Parts: sequence; C-alpha cells; structure tokens
Amino acid sequence: MIEAGFFVVLLVGGYIFGRLAEKRHMKSIIKREAINNALPAIASRHPPTDQPYHQHLVGGSVVIGSDYFKSFMSGLINIFGGRVTPFETLLDRARREAMLRMKEEARRYNAAYVFNVKYETTRVATGKVAAMEVFAYGTAMIPGNRQLSSVISSA
Amino acid sequence: MLITNLEFLPDRKIHKHLGLVQGSSVRAKHVGRDIMASLKNIFGGELRGYTELLHDSREEATERMLEQARGVGANAVLNIRYSTSSIAAGAAEIFVYGTAVELKDND
Repeated sequence: MIEAGFFVVLLVGGYIFGRLAEKRHMKSIIKREAINNALPAIASRHPPTDQPYHQHLVGGSVVIGSDYFKSFMSGLINIFGGRVTPFETLLDRARREAMLRMKEEARRYNAAYVFNVKYETTRVATGKVAAMEVFAYGTAMIPGNRQLSSVISSA
Repeated sequence: MLITNLEFLPDRKIHKHLGLVQGSSVRAKHVGRDIMASLKNIFGGELRGYTELLHDSREEATERMLEQARGVGANAVLNIRYSTSSIAAGAAEIFVYGTAVELKDND
C-alpha cells in the first residue's frame, strides 16, 4: 500500500515538474533561437573563401535527464511498440540546447558562420538514471585576417 | 595552437604533415553528484553536474592532444573529431583525435 502510494506520488510529481521543466526549457530555447538564427551553423566541410577568416573551434554540450513520468511512459510504450514521444522531445531539447550553447560561444568571437558542425549523442547512464548528453561542435569562422604567429602566441 | 575540425584552411598551406595526435580522458562522478542526479531524474531537467563533468573531461582530453601536437612541433591540428562512450555506470570516456600539421601563411 505504502509502495503504491509512493509510486503514485513519484508519477504525479514527475509529470507535473517534468512538464514544467520542459515548458520552461522550450520557452528559453525558442527565445534564444530567435537571437542566434542570425549565425548560421553549416554542415559543410568546405569553408567559404569570399573573404579572409580565422578559425576557432567552438562547442556546446548539455546533459538532460528524463523524469519519472517519461521513464514510466516509455516503459509502457515499449510493450506495444511505436513512437516514444517522451524521449523524442527530450532529445530534441538536448540537441537544440547544445546547438545554442555552441552558437553562443561562437558569437562571443564575433563569428560569421560555424562550419562542419557535428553532433554527438551519448547515453550517460548511472543505475536508474536515464540521461542523454548531446555535444555539438564546429569551426567558428571569424572574419578578418590574423597571422598564424599571433594565433599561436595567444593559444 | 590552431585547432579546427576543417580539413584544410583556404588561406594557409600545409607545410608538413606530422601524423595523428590524440588525447583521452575517463572521468567518473562522485557519489554526491550521483545522488543529486537520481533525485533530479524524478523531476526532469538538465543535470548540470554531469554537463560540467563532461565539459571538463573534454577540455582535459583536448589539452592532452595539444600536448602531443606541441611535442611533434605542430602549430595546428586539423580535422579533429570527438567521440564519447559511457564505459561503465557513472564513467564516460572522451576521446579526441586529429591530424597534427605545420601550417604556413600563404603570401
């Protein structure tokens, strides 16, 4: 009886707080994307040659955990098969957040583009904890010529 | 040291290839963080402790790669790649590799 009560509390708590966290996060993502859309992230390996650039590696990462309700739902969906939407939204948030953090770093260098963008997704598992890490990285192309010697001395 | 995941740079030429350089780092979280994370896992949201841990780990791996690159006399590492694998509960390996080169400015 006590166990069942505990389970219901976790489930309801997970649902309410999980939804709140997700809503808050999506709001922040949409707001920041509007600002950062001016800086294109490009998956091409061929850097532009229209003007001189110097380069800097930039990256952003985030670990986002599932909540109790999501984990429970995915367990249910697993029985019948089909789309596991609770985890789809989780990964979508993680990927967009990682991309934003990468772009925010690139903007600090006044980059015009981020080239050769790669995503990396890893499960960070510890016992019952279900969490995903997404790491996005690429090369920030910063307009302006900088001699190699100054690049080396500043590193 | 210039590091990039591009394969070439339009305004610089590769004077010398110095081979593959790499760095890795395996880190685990301490128990306190694990407990916090499992609590957070009920309610969802970012697990900041883990984000930081993996970020630091990535920096360390990159620094190790750069040390190697300096050792072979490179001034740049091109086409770098990161890879992450969780090897055991609570421990993740970050691996980074790239080609060490000696670049020269085009004149």
